[in-house]
Amino acid sequence: MFNYSISKRKPTKRQVNEWFWGWFFIAPTIVGLIILNLIPIIQTMYLSFFRTGAFGRGNVFIGFDNYVRLFNDAQVWRATANTLLYTGLVIPISISISLVIAVLLNEKIFARTTYRTIYFIPMIAAPAAVTMVWKWLYNREFGLLNYLMDWLGLGRVDWINNPNVALISIVIIGIWSIIGYNVVLMLAGLQEIPKDYYEASVIDGAGPVSKFFHITIPLLSPTLFFITVTTIIQSMQVFDFIYMMIDVASPAYDNTVSLVYLFYNNSFKYGERGYGSAIVMLLLAIIMIITVLQMKAQKKWVNYR
Amino acid sequence: MNSTRKKLYKSIAIHTFLIIGAFIMVFPFIWMVLTAFKTVTESTSMNPFVFFPSEWRWENFATVLEQNNFIRLYYNTLAMMFWRVVCGVMFSAMAAFAFARLTFPGRDFFFGLVLFQMMVPVQIFIIPQYLMVDALGMRNTIFALVFPGLVSAFGTFLLRQFFMQLPKELEEAAILDGANIGQIFLHIMLPLVRSGLIALGIFTALFAFKDLMWPLIINSEPNSAVLASALARIQGAYSIHYPQLMAAAVLAIWPMLAVYLVFQRKFIEGISTSGGKL
Repeated sequence: MFNYSISKRKPTKRQVNEWFWGWFFIAPTIVGLIILNLIPIIQTMYLSFFRTGAFGRGNVFIGFDNYVRLFNDAQVWRATANTLLYTGLVIPISISISLVIAVLLNEKIFARTTYRTIYFIPMIAAPAAVTMVWKWLYNREFGLLNYLMDWLGLGRVDWINNPNVALISIVIIGIWSIIGYNVVLMLAGLQEIPKDYYEASVIDGAGPVSKFFHITIPLLSPTLFFITVTTIIQSMQVFDFIYMMIDVASPAYDNTVSLVYLFYNNSFKYGERGYGSAIVMLLLAIIMIITVLQMKAQKKWVNYR
Repeated sequence: MNSTRKKLYKSIAIHTFLIIGAFIMVFPFIWMVLTAFKTVTESTSMNPFVFFPSEWRWENFATVLEQNNFIRLYYNTLAMMFWRVVCGVMFSAMAAFAFARLTFPGRDFFFGLVLFQMMVPVQIFIIPQYLMVDALGMRNTIFALVFPGLVSAFGTFLLRQFFMQLPKELEEAAILDGANIGQIFLHIMLPLVRSGLIALGIFTALFAFKDLMWPLIINSEPNSAVLASALARIQGAYSIHYPQLMAAAVLAIWPMLAVYLVFQRKFIEGISTSGGKL
């Protein structure tokens, strides 16, 4: 709060007073984070070396056995592939669509705030409720989508239970529900771009496409970077849509189960918390690697003014 | 003349695109409401296709309300959101103020601790948090629902950005007037970061409302569930009666939707300021 000269002198009474206020203010959050997050991280790591004891028997230390099992478990690999595929589809598609919408809404067009309000609505609804209505739209016999497919002469699709289609159906829900969030953040970023940049480019004879790629994208890149990093982390943790849509007994389960869904089933359905912990450690490792790579790539394409 | 006509075509094309997009965004909700008023026969009649219910029946809502204690679910959900917002915003504001405006030993170390926890997927906390609540014998309580949201690393980080932007002279003037640090925080700083507090409050409330996995695990009894986790159970129970399922979904989302439509500007400002601040 004050400019103290850095010295080894005995702290003044005022400084000590400030220390105590500082510690007092951070105490609830730090104590809370240690109990709620820090100890759990260590505990999860620790649990991943144990086999969960059944019927009140204690956990058995098994060293790296959970990790060995993890690497030999075809389902874990499928879940990793599904999670990566889900993220790899949702993020680029949703960001591209959102970018087009945000650029259009950034113009002075009629009813722009109304559009913004509407596009954001899917963000407000609980994923559990949203998935229920999508499941109904996707219903094989009576769903509206298959009615449309019939009407268009395309033939019915088993959106939920066909192993080759189910993940796409979930990706569609994922894209649909995230567009509004991206648009809102992008609009905030677009508003920061000074208008004279565009005016100058028009004088230089730039068309709309050239303006988009040479002004909008580079100047919006910090926002795009933020959106990419945060939405990838979120997508890697996809659970709600899949949990609500695909039952463990569904023929499409193996082709849709995500790492978090697998973690949930192992930890809380099959009571194998040790193995569940190993799965979540794998997820942590993957997210860390992706985030570090993005931080490295950031220097290549993000412009901070 | 030619250029105005060109402009008109352009504007028609843009609006057509945006209207189609907007329609896709709201259609699932419209379909949810329409189905909730239909009979099973209406909902499944494909030939001829029935779009609107023949009359607006409330029976599906009545059945769902009769078989599920929605009052309880609303109360549980609201209580969880309320306490998470109160605790999360209050503790985050305190810590954020200290990290942004005070000098004390260990500050950077503790802030590093906060940052570290923002990068970790939340599922890593869940098993130990479950074991803690279980050991306390607190499963199926409001406390259990609030527990993971008592403090917030994200909120601390977010509000710190707001506190850092305030000018230094503010505190110096207050100190000359004889105010202590607690008073400066309460009377000078907090009012100035109001927009940040509102943004964090909305963010916290929205994410608490949407949370599914934690309530599902920790409050497994029907009467201690929240709206999201109750929907999962209801879907299992009436798996094929879509009009009733849609009625339950409508009952679960309308309060949040109504609040959003009334305060939509605050919501959108909240989301965009928090995004821009990180």
